[in-house]
Amino acid sequence: MIGGAAGDGTFLSGNILARTLMREGLHVFATNEYLSVIRGGYQWYLIRASEREVYSQISRVDLLVALNRDAIKRHKSLLRKDGIMIIDPKDFNNISPSPDIRLVKVPLTDFVHEVRGKRVMRNSAALGATMAVLGYNLETLLSVIRDVFKGREEDLKVNLLLAEKGYSHVKGDSKINSIKLKKSNKIFITGNDAISLGALKAGLGLYVAYPMTPASPILHFLARVQREYEILVFQPESEIAAINIAIGAAYAGVKSMVGTSGGGFSLMTEALGLAAMSETPIVIVVAQRPGPSTGMPTFTSQGDLRFVLHASQGEFPRVVLAPGDVEEAFYLTIKAFNIAWKYQVPVILLTDKYLAESGKSTVLDENLISIEEGKIIRGTYRDVIPYRRYRLTEDGVSPMALPGTKGAIVKANSSEHDEGGFVTTDPNRVVQMVDKRFRKLRELEREMKRSNPVGIYGDEESIILISWGSTKGPILEAQNILRNQGIMTKFIHVKWLAPFPTELLVSETRNKNVIVIENNRTGLLNSLLREHLLIDADHKILKYDGRPFYPEEIAEEVKEVANL
Amino acid sequence: MSLIKTLETPAKNTWCPGCGNFGILAALKAAISDLGLDNEEIVVVTGIGCHGKLSDYINTNSIHVIHGRVIPVAMGVKIANPRLTVIGHAGDGDAYAIGMGHLPHAARRNIDIIYIVHNNMVFGLTTGQVTPTSPRGLRTRSTPFGNPEEPMNPVLLALTSGATFVARGFSGNVRHLTYLMKEAIRHRGFAFIDVLQPCVTFYNTYKYLRERTYELETTGHDPSDYDQALRITLHSSKERVPIGIIYKVRKPTFLEAIGFDKPLVDYDRSNVSLSRILNTLR
Repeated sequence: MIGGAAGDGTFLSGNILARTLMREGLHVFATNEYLSVIRGGYQWYLIRASEREVYSQISRVDLLVALNRDAIKRHKSLLRKDGIMIIDPKDFNNISPSPDIRLVKVPLTDFVHEVRGKRVMRNSAALGATMAVLGYNLETLLSVIRDVFKGREEDLKVNLLLAEKGYSHVKGDSKINSIKLKKSNKIFITGNDAISLGALKAGLGLYVAYPMTPASPILHFLARVQREYEILVFQPESEIAAINIAIGAAYAGVKSMVGTSGGGFSLMTEALGLAAMSETPIVIVVAQRPGPSTGMPTFTSQGDLRFVLHASQGEFPRVVLAPGDVEEAFYLTIKAFNIAWKYQVPVILLTDKYLAESGKSTVLDENLISIEEGKIIRGTYRDVIPYRRYRLTEDGVSPMALPGTKGAIVKANSSEHDEGGFVTTDPNRVVQMVDKRFRKLRELEREMKRSNPVGIYGDEESIILISWGSTKGPILEAQNILRNQGIMTKFIHVKWLAPFPTELLVSETRNKNVIVIENNRTGLLNSLLREHLLIDADHKILKYDGRPFYPEEIAEEVKEVANL
Repeated sequence: MSLIKTLETPAKNTWCPGCGNFGILAALKAAISDLGLDNEEIVVVTGIGCHGKLSDYINTNSIHVIHGRVIPVAMGVKIANPRLTVIGHAGDGDAYAIGMGHLPHAARRNIDIIYIVHNNMVFGLTTGQVTPTSPRGLRTRSTPFGNPEEPMNPVLLALTSGATFVARGFSGNVRHLTYLMKEAIRHRGFAFIDVLQPCVTFYNTYKYLRERTYELETTGHDPSDYDQALRITLHSSKERVPIGIIYKVRKPTFLEAIGFDKPLVDYDRSNVSLSRILNTLR
């Protein structure tokens, strides 16, 4: 764990350390906590590394890099017995080391003065010291620093020097055995990174977003690579503008995505209906944070499930997908685009701060899912004259000509319309159109059934844990803890929230002891189980303090509610 | 070349007899026809209100959107495919009340679209309420004791927001409005036309506007002179209302500033490779 003040470079150094450990062959998971302030607030970055794949943080800390007093005050208690704490004696001249903590004093500030560096570069010395403490050699860390500071030669030089100083200061005092594994092809990405990558792979042409935590890193990621991938990334005057721009571009044939959090999505809800009514494909990322209203901008929550399921007036088919980890974030984003364009419907990717901003080492197969475009007509239209944008079809999906197509006039409409796209209130035509749009729901349900809408983990047992979204990681880890205590569970992770995988869940939950685990106050997935399965979970484990679950607390609560 | 006839649609027109929208639609068709534009290369974007029915009455591509969002949807279409001529139509409620947040940004952004506001100074389709351009004191169904607010000046707002083509027209002067629309379509950048029009049912200003509007083109006004444009807009009296091109300047458009030379819609993205970017994440 690295703890320090906002502005201390805690997250960048955390990222460097996570990638270093990954390059050393370990699996890593990393998460953070910060406040909505730019300078001075306390923040931490927590890395878990292991020779086996890791899915979440745990509550015990082996090594704490304390860049300020807050770090010691808040996190000393998390250090395991004989845990190591790296400090700068300049910060803590009269610290009294407790007997069961091993204190490693590194003169970070003095080192920075010696090489005429900036204060924020203390981190690099701390990272060097960390590598020595962990018993690694220095070269891997230096290679990551070189990649991160590429193109900033002066900063690079100083950071490399500091890493060496920190390393040499501690070297020989190694306490933890390093685990050397075969080097792999892993990458280190957050949920937001995974969505950005998935969108690029799926054929994204336009990303429009107004800044909002925790979705903004998608905007930053895609803005950075926009020239290379020849896409357009743009920040307009509001979320209302963002989604309407995206809808205009999609109507004209460009795969478009918007990303925001609950507040921004509130502003987008009217245009969500425009996309549905005009049958314009759109992918919307909603990264949840605790509400209502401004809530806690930099914390995590799963409070918006019902909101995205019902947002916007009227009845229309929509798809809501909730990835549970970075891998699912990548593959489900590609899927989201495929579905949006194949069925001309809005697709919502529902994440949260914990998934969006936590990092994990992984390997992605960019060719696993093929890219589908659907019934798009470009160039020249050669079918029945005149072209009708909303032609009635068996599957409810009308061939979509792009404006500019020879031989086709494309009339899209937010008002109820006839096949040609002209406004209508004729009762028969209205029913035809509503039914046409709902025929797509039947197709979407088939698509859902083909697409592994739930993940199932663990053995056939009488205790069934059910969750959705980012709770997946801590639950998988909790299953491990329980398994080691001889308690077997089966974990069902729901990835498709709309259409809902009712039949599958009915067969999985029949006559079982069902425990629903969610990051919200009222059990929103449980309310869907009641609605679709006509069952109520036997127990709910709910957390709504803005923090993600820790595996240990899930394991404890499962034992408690199941009377084990 | 598209003749006016080919711009007609089978939809039955439901505007009130004598509605100012007829003049605006006639001018639009004449402008498209005179410029020899192809119906298939035009996208008309309309908002909510009586003007919004225009997309049913013109045989071009169109998207009839939600209230107040003509500008962002039109911008999206243009970004995707700059070959298209994108013409936005909005009402004064649409453009200056609920959708006002978009106008200054479209102006300073200089997105290459045409934005025609049907400004009849009243809500028509919702049966007669005030809008931001209704005069002070106007009695409507929502202001039975008279409008307590000062009307805004949309032309001044467009000018001070950096719009590169600012004009005012009158729906009762179709010949002149056709000229304005043609110039707006020819202009590269954000082209804004505030069209004064009567609402024959809820606020009939036909006679008033007929008597007081005069064409700037007959006065020797130099539309390249920004100070003069501001003076005309600030100081014209209520008794003499100038119509014409008030200001016009060539500046880089949004897409020129970004430096895209190939339309986004033309890229084949069926086989994007992530390998380079994945390498940077190791």
